[in-house]
Amino acid sequence: MAGIHCGPCCVNSSRLRCDEKCNGCAEPTWLARASAADSCPPSLPAKRRQWCANAHRETQVLINKIFPDMRSAMSGIADGATVMISGFGSAGMPSALIDALIAQGAGDLTIVNNNAGNGETGLAALLAAGRVRKIICSFPRQTDSQVFDALYRSGKIELELTPQGNLAERIRAAGAGIGGFFTATGYGTQLAEDKETRLINGRHYVLESPINADVALVKAWKADRWGNLIYRKAARNFGPIMAMAAKCTIAQVDHVVPLGELDPEVIVTPGIFVQRVVHVPGDGR
Amino acid sequence: MKRFTRDEIAQHVARDIPEGCYVNLGIGLPTLVANHLEASKDIFLHSENGILGMGPAPAPGEEDGDLINAGKQPVTLLTGGAYFHQADSFAMMRGGHLDICVMGAFQVSRTGDLANWHTGAPDAIPAVGGAMDLATGAKRVFVMMEHQTKTGKSKIVDRCTYPLTGMGCVARIYTDLAVIDITSDGLIVRDMAPGLTLKELQSITGVPLQTA
Repeated sequence: MAGIHCGPCCVNSSRLRCDEKCNGCAEPTWLARASAADSCPPSLPAKRRQWCANAHRETQVLINKIFPDMRSAMSGIADGATVMISGFGSAGMPSALIDALIAQGAGDLTIVNNNAGNGETGLAALLAAGRVRKIICSFPRQTDSQVFDALYRSGKIELELTPQGNLAERIRAAGAGIGGFFTATGYGTQLAEDKETRLINGRHYVLESPINADVALVKAWKADRWGNLIYRKAARNFGPIMAMAAKCTIAQVDHVVPLGELDPEVIVTPGIFVQRVVHVPGDGR
Repeated sequence: MKRFTRDEIAQHVARDIPEGCYVNLGIGLPTLVANHLEASKDIFLHSENGILGMGPAPAPGEEDGDLINAGKQPVTLLTGGAYFHQADSFAMMRGGHLDICVMGAFQVSRTGDLANWHTGAPDAIPAVGGAMDLATGAKRVFVMMEHQTKTGKSKIVDRCTYPLTGMGCVARIYTDLAVIDITSDGLIVRDMAPGLTLKELQSITGVPLQTA
C-alpha cells in the first residue's frame, strides 16, 4: 500500500520506517539511496551533509531476524550450553528446532523444560542421542517418558527436579535480572532440603535461584521480522519467560507476518527478547 | 460397608464450591468434579498450563493440540476465558489468588500436611509438577482420596510417612467414607457414608475424630 512517503525502503512492507524523517534534511527517509548524500540539500554545511547522509544510510538497514534456514539459525550453540525448550508436553514444543539441534550436534547440554520428553521424538530424541548431561524440569515421569526413565535409572542423566511454579519463577527471575527470591513453595519438603530459609511476616520461605540460559528454543504462532511474537492458545506456556531468560532466543513460528500486522496491544513477547526466528509452516492453523 | 462412589465424592466437592470461585482441579480423581459443577454457577476453572475459564472436553474431531489441560488431555475454552504464560499461571497460585484447589493424596496428616507427589521408593522417578505450588498457594486445599489404602491402612495419619508436598495446607478431606475438616481443634467429621457410625469410622481412621 503506497502512502505519500512510500518508496524503495517499503519493500518487505517496512512502512513504519517511511514515516520517519531524516534529522538532517527533514526529508522522508525513503529518499535514502546509495547516493543519499546527493539527495541532501547542498545548502547544508559539508559536515552536516555527511551526517545527514549517514542517517539516511542507517535507516536503510532493515532489521530482519527471520533466518532463511535451520542451519544458520542454530549456529553457535556450543557444547555444554544451557538450552531452554518451551512446551508443556507437546503443546508449544518447538519440534523442528529440537530436530535441528540434534543435527547441529552440540552435546553435554543442560536442558530446561517442564517435562523430560514424550515418546521417541522431539526432546526424547535429543536425550536418546546422548546429548544431554542434565535436565532441569518439574515432571519427568509420564506414561511415555521411557527414554528419560532408562537414562535416569542407568545414571546417565542428572535430574534437577523443581516444583513447576519455582521452575517458571526461576526462569522469569533470570529474564528480569533478579538474583534470587524467597518462595513458600516447597518449604518443609525434600525439594527444599539444604536451601536457605527465612521467616517473613510469619510465613516460612525458601531461597530459590534464577535459571539463566545460553539459548532458548521457543514455539510461537506468529512473528514479524523484528521478532515480536504471539502464541496460540495454551501453547504459550513457557515461551514468553524462556525468551526473556536466554542470551539467544530462537523462535520457531507457524507464520511470519509483515511488520505492523501484529497488533501492538496484543504482542506477548516483544522483539527485544528474540534474536532469531525460523518460519516452520505448521498444520494450517 | 457402603461407600461413596467416585462420582458421589466429586458431587460433595462440587456442592461446596461457591459461585465466583477460581478453582484448580488436580489430575486424576479431582477432574471428575468438573462434571458435577452446576452449569448455572459461574465458576472459573484454572489449568496450570495457562488457562482460566477452561471448558469440557471437545466433541470428537474438534481436539486442538494447543488446547490441553494439566493432564495433557484436550479441553475447550469457555467464552470469557483467557490464556497466559507459566509465570502468570503460577503467580495465580503462589500469590494466593486461587480460591480452591482440589488434589488427590497418598496421605494427609492430622495437622493438614499433604503427601501426594512421591512414594519415596528408591527406584521411583520423582515428578512434582505444580503440586507444591498449589498446596502452598491456594487459599483452600481440598483433598479427594480413598479413606484407606488397598491394604486397609488409614490414609489419614498422625504424621505422613511419604515425602511431603506441603505442610499444614489441607483444609478438608473428601473420602469414600466421610467429609472431614482439619481445624486447629482437630479433625471434625462433616458427613459420613449412609449407615456408617462415628465409632466405625474412628476404628479405621488413624487419628482421633470428632463431630461438629
